[in-house]
Amino acid sequence: MMRLPLFEFRAPRTLEEAARILDAERANAMPLAGGTDLLPNMKRRQQVPRMLMSLRHIEILNRVALHDSGSRLGACVTLSEIAADRRFRNGLTALAQAASLVATPQIRNMATLGGNICLDTRCNYYDQSYEWRKSINFCLKKDGTTCWVAPSSRKCVAVSSTDTGPALMALGARVRLVSRSGEREVLLSDLYNNDGIDFIKRRPDEILAEVSLDNLHGWKSTYWKLRRRGSFDFPVLSVAAAVSLSGNNTVEDARIVVGSAACRPLAAMEAAKSLLGRPLNQQAIEEAAALAARIAKPLDNTDFDMTWRKRVTAEFVTYALRELRGDDVRAERESFTRCAFE
Amino acid sequence: MPNERDPRVTRVGSLKANENDLRVIGVPRRRVDARAKVTGQTRFADDIFLPRMAFCKLLRSPHPHARIRRIDTSRAVAHPGVYLVLTGKDVPIQYGILPVSQDEQALCVDHVRHVGDPVAAVIAREELTAFEALDLIDVDYEILTTISNPEEALATSAPRIHEYGEEGNIHKLVALEFGNVEEGFAEADEIFEDTFFFQGNTHLPIEQHASVAIKDPDGKLTIWSSTQTPHYLHRALAKVLEMPAAHIRVIATPNGGGFGGKSDPFNHEIVVAKAALMLDRPVKICLTREEVFYCHRGRHPILMKFKTGVKKDGAITGMHLQTLIDGGAYGSYGVASTFYAGALQTTTYHVPRYRYQGCRTFTNKPPCGPKRGHGTPQPRFGQEVQLDKIAERLKIDPANLRLHIVESPNAVTANFFRLGTVNLSECIRRVVEVSGWKDKFRKLPEGRGVGLACSAYLTGAGLPIYWNKMPHSGVQLKFDRCGGVSIFCGATEIGQGSDDVLAGIVAQVLGIDPFDIRLFTGDTDLGPVDLGSYSSRVTLMAGNAALQAAERGKAIIAEGVAEKLEVPKERLSFADKRVFDSVAPEKGVSFEEAVCIAEARFGTIGTVGSYTPPKSPALYKGGGVGPSPTYSYSAAVVEVEVNPVTGWVTVPRIWIAHDIGCALNPTLARGQVEGSVYMGLGEALMEEQEFRRLPKKLSHALVHKFPSILEYKSPTSLDMPEVITELIEEPDPQGPFGAKEVGQGPLLPIMPAVANAVYDAVGVRIDEIPITPEKIMKALAEKKAGREPRFGPSHFPRINWPEALRVPPPWEGGDGNAVNDVPRRTRRVSKKEKVLTS
Repeated sequence: MMRLPLFEFRAPRTLEEAARILDAERANAMPLAGGTDLLPNMKRRQQVPRMLMSLRHIEILNRVALHDSGSRLGACVTLSEIAADRRFRNGLTALAQAASLVATPQIRNMATLGGNICLDTRCNYYDQSYEWRKSINFCLKKDGTTCWVAPSSRKCVAVSSTDTGPALMALGARVRLVSRSGEREVLLSDLYNNDGIDFIKRRPDEILAEVSLDNLHGWKSTYWKLRRRGSFDFPVLSVAAAVSLSGNNTVEDARIVVGSAACRPLAAMEAAKSLLGRPLNQQAIEEAAALAARIAKPLDNTDFDMTWRKRVTAEFVTYALRELRGDDVRAERESFTRCAFE
Repeated sequence: MPNERDPRVTRVGSLKANENDLRVIGVPRRRVDARAKVTGQTRFADDIFLPRMAFCKLLRSPHPHARIRRIDTSRAVAHPGVYLVLTGKDVPIQYGILPVSQDEQALCVDHVRHVGDPVAAVIAREELTAFEALDLIDVDYEILTTISNPEEALATSAPRIHEYGEEGNIHKLVALEFGNVEEGFAEADEIFEDTFFFQGNTHLPIEQHASVAIKDPDGKLTIWSSTQTPHYLHRALAKVLEMPAAHIRVIATPNGGGFGGKSDPFNHEIVVAKAALMLDRPVKICLTREEVFYCHRGRHPILMKFKTGVKKDGAITGMHLQTLIDGGAYGSYGVASTFYAGALQTTTYHVPRYRYQGCRTFTNKPPCGPKRGHGTPQPRFGQEVQLDKIAERLKIDPANLRLHIVESPNAVTANFFRLGTVNLSECIRRVVEVSGWKDKFRKLPEGRGVGLACSAYLTGAGLPIYWNKMPHSGVQLKFDRCGGVSIFCGATEIGQGSDDVLAGIVAQVLGIDPFDIRLFTGDTDLGPVDLGSYSSRVTLMAGNAALQAAERGKAIIAEGVAEKLEVPKERLSFADKRVFDSVAPEKGVSFEEAVCIAEARFGTIGTVGSYTPPKSPALYKGGGVGPSPTYSYSAAVVEVEVNPVTGWVTVPRIWIAHDIGCALNPTLARGQVEGSVYMGLGEALMEEQEFRRLPKKLSHALVHKFPSILEYKSPTSLDMPEVITELIEEPDPQGPFGAKEVGQGPLLPIMPAVANAVYDAVGVRIDEIPITPEKIMKALAEKKAGREPRFGPSHFPRINWPEALRVPPPWEGGDGNAVNDVPRRTRRVSKKEKVLTS
């Protein structure tokens, strides 16, 4: 079987202690939350940190605070908790849907919100064992010099594969990053970077401690995920959408995010803008779907054909917006996800 | 035990024995190994831990095709914790499952043929140490041309992947003609020509291959291994290790799934055996999932061309099948697979004249071999989809068309396979009825559809893999004074339920409870030979051997009890753990007493039974592949929903009827049918053993696209449809209690039925497996553009076929021999082993 490399293990009880450890170790240490992604990656030698620092014993990271004024979610809240909590509805539905569609029940029991936000980018040439990567002489993202997806590319094109990332971006989430030198809060959309290697602007000494959301009263949101099977699979395309509708059903505000079509979740700004002040009628939805599909540029490094994934983008935006205006699209959702969402 | 019949079983005939006597057979039962399996107590090979045990890892080739110039192991040998480093020179003798394809080496000596081919082994105190030491072995390779597919193999005569075979990189060419096919086409009202492609896929057993070897205190060798064929492994070990077979014991641990993927002797098994002998320490290996993908031996990718002539009523006048088969880097079962791909076309529908041409090429990929259905699902897909096209053109309902042309029971086919019971018609009628076919076919709204397909499969290969005249299966029974019975048999439990079949048959005959029986199976020291768990042979062959041994034991016990009770032995019944006078049931003894009476009278009681299949009338060269004591039949209706924009497919329901002869344990039989449906659906919709050829200008690399259980897509429980299983029973005289196989046949109709259903739903033909949404969307675009609404291969390459062996079919006076070859009967059989397939 595949064995983990040897590593040192630390389990601080406070955020301060954790920040001190990271400050001292810098890139030698990696924070460990659920470990559902990091540990398999370590078995494949994609990451070989000298030290793992567990975050699970830091009590403050496990807190959920949902208030009318807004919500704060600790980074170590598990995806199962989010999926099962019926308070995550209406404005927050997209987050609960995204969490409930990650991997498998067993993985969701361990996997955390912070971990999913920081999920390493994925690629069929990278998510392979050491021996496999050796047989292609490695790749740009790890130990090599060529990006085999696009050999002329000087940039790594590994795919953002987080489910909660696009959902949270559609909800306008911010994240709090804590380090020994202080803390900062940034919009989640500003945390991501469209580069398969430097996909996240978290410094190695920083801990992503908390996600915060504004009051989403009057908003509705949804998340659509494309994957081959009803379980296990990472998204190979996703659409998160949130709208705030006025009394006469015109769009007051909207956010559409396309996930797993680049190295970061992509905000479909023009698509969202095109909806403002209009009712969610067929024409408005079609225009927004076409605009959103335009920014999706999937490449041949995940499951499914890339042109087909692009085609599905428009379809998913259409389903999402129809769902948000109140159409019954449960049959379509169940057909694609094999899961009903209550 | 309640004697309740299963409601979804249709009885065509009646059983030989009085039905009231069947307390075990035919009753849905908990299988004898269920408790251990559901409580996690079954001991698989990787669960074995022995004192002083060392761990083995294999260094595998990172190149698809290369010569090994030099291997330097000195740094690895010096690494702390490393006990031993082996290279090809330590185990150079070639082996392979078929006597004609002895082309493998446990560790490659001078030539690597695919990424993952093993070149060295490290045995160390810890598995992690062994892994780390792999990087310390320096191998100097000379890169050779990468041959990535059959077309490249046909075009590349040098370098050769192997120095044997037909020529260049063609491993095997087959050409057989049964009757004059051109005359058949001349008689036809319509001729159909279609090309199909069936992508390769792998078995994906949940248990990764594992082996533990130990040098016994007396110097002999014992190996525990997750193998389906302990007997063939036994022979390969004796050959490669140059040890007397009597000094080697192979214990097949229960397999966590096999599906054909554990039927070859494997390099890792030989390596740990060699290492254990050298180190005098237990040595273990458990493959990673990636390594399991490199063992492979899975479904061959096959490009096919079917040319079929039919009369207006659908009657087939002639059929010509050509196949181009991607064999991968080694022979494995490939010669047999090449024949199988052309074998069973004649067993479902009457084909009066038939020509088959098959070509297997070597490529630089893990070797293909036998996967559930071995070589037959690919052409079955083509044949059944083409029949759907024929039915549409002839304006006949596809179910009715098939009913019209079903082959007769006990027929001898054009290629000289003798059929047994054939209840294909009943299978078709049942699925048509329960699926509501007549209200659905061509009547459902756009985007929804149903498809139908049929199949046949062997109930055990009629011939062994190596030439011999001995039984294919043997069973020994030991009766003890406490009323216990022990079964000793080489048959291997791979999850299919062979232990339960043996226990059920013996319990039925002796009138005892299957749970009172002890089983010692899959152990070459303890039990007589059974050839292995492949070709759906165990229920029929080991079952018949068990039946014979049990009947013999029953006769001895009856003799003793009859004397004691002063009752004629013919009047004795064995049931409810008693032996009693069937006229006066109160007069009797317990089974335990009965054994004691018989032992007192005759001494220690033990019996044996064995089974040898009947001789096949297929005497021509190649006629060794396809004969079977009898064949199972299946018919399936699949319902699909297809999104007309994206091509996304879902399968809400599948109805399947299987002609099983007799369901010995209907619970198990249903499990096999549902498991086959599951596997078939995976092949139909998503599974692909796919490879990446990196840009030729930049790299010679040819790698498995995703050797992981995450990215190799196989359906999850959430993707499984509702399955309605109908069992059709007409006891076949060849099977124990009339039983035929159920482990493989029900897989075969699923893939073509899905393709036919997709056509019914959205009017596009997907002539390629798997049927993915991308392909459907492309075909929908073709349809929209007014072109042929189809996705699939457009041509079949030109191949220089040899002159066909011409075998006149039975109705043209043929005797089973080819008219242009030396007849087998007079051919000299060399004293050395001979493969039957060449």
